[in-house]
Amino acid sequence: MAVPILYNVRSLRQRPVSTLATALGMALVVAVFIAVMALASGFSAALARTGSRDNAIVLRQGADSELASGLDRDAAQIISAMPFVARGADGRPLVSPEVYVIINLDRPGGGTANVVARGVSAQAFEVRKGVRVVEGRTFRSGAPEILIGRSIASRFGSTAVGDKLRFANRDWTVVGHFEAGGSSFESEIWGENEQFMPAFRGEVFQSVTFRMQDPAALKGLEQTLEKDPRLRVDVEREYDFYANQSTLLTQILEFFAVFVTSIMAVGAVAGAVNTMYAAVANRAPEIAVLRTLGFRPAAIVGSFLLESVAIALAGGIIGCLLALPINGITTSTTNWSSFSEVAFPFRVTPDLLAAGLAFALLMGLVGGFFPALRAARMPIVQALRQA
Amino acid sequence: MALVEVRGLTKTYQRDAQVIPVLENLDLDIEKGEFMALMGPSGSGKSTLLNLLAGLDHPTSGSIRVEGQEVSGMSSRQLATWRSRHVGFIFQRYNLLPVLTAFQNVELPLLLTSLSKKERRDHVHTSLNVVGLADRVDHYPRQLSGGQEQRVGIARAIVSDPTLILADEPTGDLDAVAGDEILTLLERLNSEFGKTIVMVTHDPRAADRSHRIMHLEKGVLTR
Ligand SMILES: Nc1ncnc2c1ncn2[C@@H]1O[C@H](COP(=O)(O)OP(=O)(O)OP(=O)(O)O)[C@@H](O)[C@H]1O
Ligand SMILES: [Mg+2]
Repeated sequence: MAVPILYNVRSLRQRPVSTLATALGMALVVAVFIAVMALASGFSAALARTGSRDNAIVLRQGADSELASGLDRDAAQIISAMPFVARGADGRPLVSPEVYVIINLDRPGGGTANVVARGVSAQAFEVRKGVRVVEGRTFRSGAPEILIGRSIASRFGSTAVGDKLRFANRDWTVVGHFEAGGSSFESEIWGENEQFMPAFRGEVFQSVTFRMQDPAALKGLEQTLEKDPRLRVDVEREYDFYANQSTLLTQILEFFAVFVTSIMAVGAVAGAVNTMYAAVANRAPEIAVLRTLGFRPAAIVGSFLLESVAIALAGGIIGCLLALPINGITTSTTNWSSFSEVAFPFRVTPDLLAAGLAFALLMGLVGGFFPALRAARMPIVQALRQA
Repeated sequence: MALVEVRGLTKTYQRDAQVIPVLENLDLDIEKGEFMALMGPSGSGKSTLLNLLAGLDHPTSGSIRVEGQEVSGMSSRQLATWRSRHVGFIFQRYNLLPVLTAFQNVELPLLLTSLSKKERRDHVHTSLNVVGLADRVDHYPRQLSGGQEQRVGIARAIVSDPTLILADEPTGDLDAVAGDEILTLLERLNSEFGKTIVMVTHDPRAADRSHRIMHLEKGVLTR
């Protein structure tokens, strides 16, 4: 039979300072853990949202990023003419041969940042269903006009509608802002591919993205394109292409979250161990009484473990509350696959909060284990003598 | 057959290389319904003997039988269960859990039984009635006088209706008046409820309230 929980709860209230200090130590660990994981989660979510499962992206054979790729006009023509490319209401293929370059923009606070400039076709907005102009209008064909992704607009100067932005030795007029469902496209500048092509790398596209008539037929069209002797290309589902860009950084962030917070956790657990040893020592006579009454050693272990876990859970909850406000706050990091900045919001998910609480629980169990064992193993007679 | 049969009981403590003999080859019978006082100088081993009777410690050798059951050979786990059924222990310093009310303190031993919540409540109220604290049910130990605390301690000791009540200097921390009330209560438990009581005391007047006084000196029991 267990020692009543009331006993632990009230005993904790008897020493609010050490209880709170221990809980706060754990809260800090949990908050840092959740924050770093939320960063990883936000980043991978942004890239997972970027690509569509209905689209395929074509790169030069062996190119693992758009930067390293190059496709000529003929290749773009051949791909556009393929029967598995979906067509729009006007009967034209839903294809966007794209120019992809990294440009350097000045930050308002000083310094510079790499930003993606993407030259797209007129069909791009139909190929990418999630992209919408939210302010101003889209660029006109043949004009040096650009659209600015929503998260760029808030982070760099000269990006308001009507402003002129200078890059590639030309002035470009900002004619609108677009959003793209929180994806990494929102961290890009879009213009017409035919305008960007001469301004940057000349007669070459970096990628061709098209809507598949039958998204389930990816395997087949992949083979067709990759075996076509006129082309030397790799094909991938657009969703996978962008989602994979986040894998490495996400893994590193997750490793960092676990590694750093594990080191912090050692400190927090040491605090819990101290607190619990002190509690056990102070309450030796009480433990002896419980044992005298017939409570078993296991019940004593359970009781003190519970107490430690209760402190830890309180810490876990505080940690969650500390971390929660960062949810949705926009941050940015360099996407290692494109060497450009991607802005995205921290993402504190229910799963992450649960993981934080589980982490706290673990710290409580580990921190309480040896003190609880000492409590249960205490010789009753000796403990009674201290009373 | 006596309720408690102690035969050849020996207890030595080992401190570093030094062996301290406390009880040596001790025999004792305690009859059912007896109220026995145990006296002796400080350090003579009274508490040690009481703790062994309570199954709180293991004898070095010898046997203790209670109701014919061999206690000395039980494992710690078995002893825990045995104590919860057969022993009510009264401490000199009351040893109530400070964070629990009188009611909750008295209820503790019953949590180890299969009694329902309502049955437990009835038992606790009965016990607190017997010790005259029916009106202090929700008081915390710090809100009670020493004498009242000890009465809660007694209520806790009798609530599960144990075979043996063992009291280690139950009046040691109390003034004459409060101590007298406690002794009267123990007398009543013995005469009215037929409880078997072993009480350690330094106070000859307290010992006089019992039926039988045993003296422990240099590890040997005498009348
Ligand atoms: N855990 C222990 N380790 C070593 N020696 C002990 C231990 N417990 C008791 N002793 C010794 O055993 C002897 C008897 O102790 P005990 O507490 O039984 O005496 P007592 O008769 O109850 O004394 P008092 O009247 O002061 O309470 C003492 O000499 C004491 O120092
Ligand atoms: Mg003693």
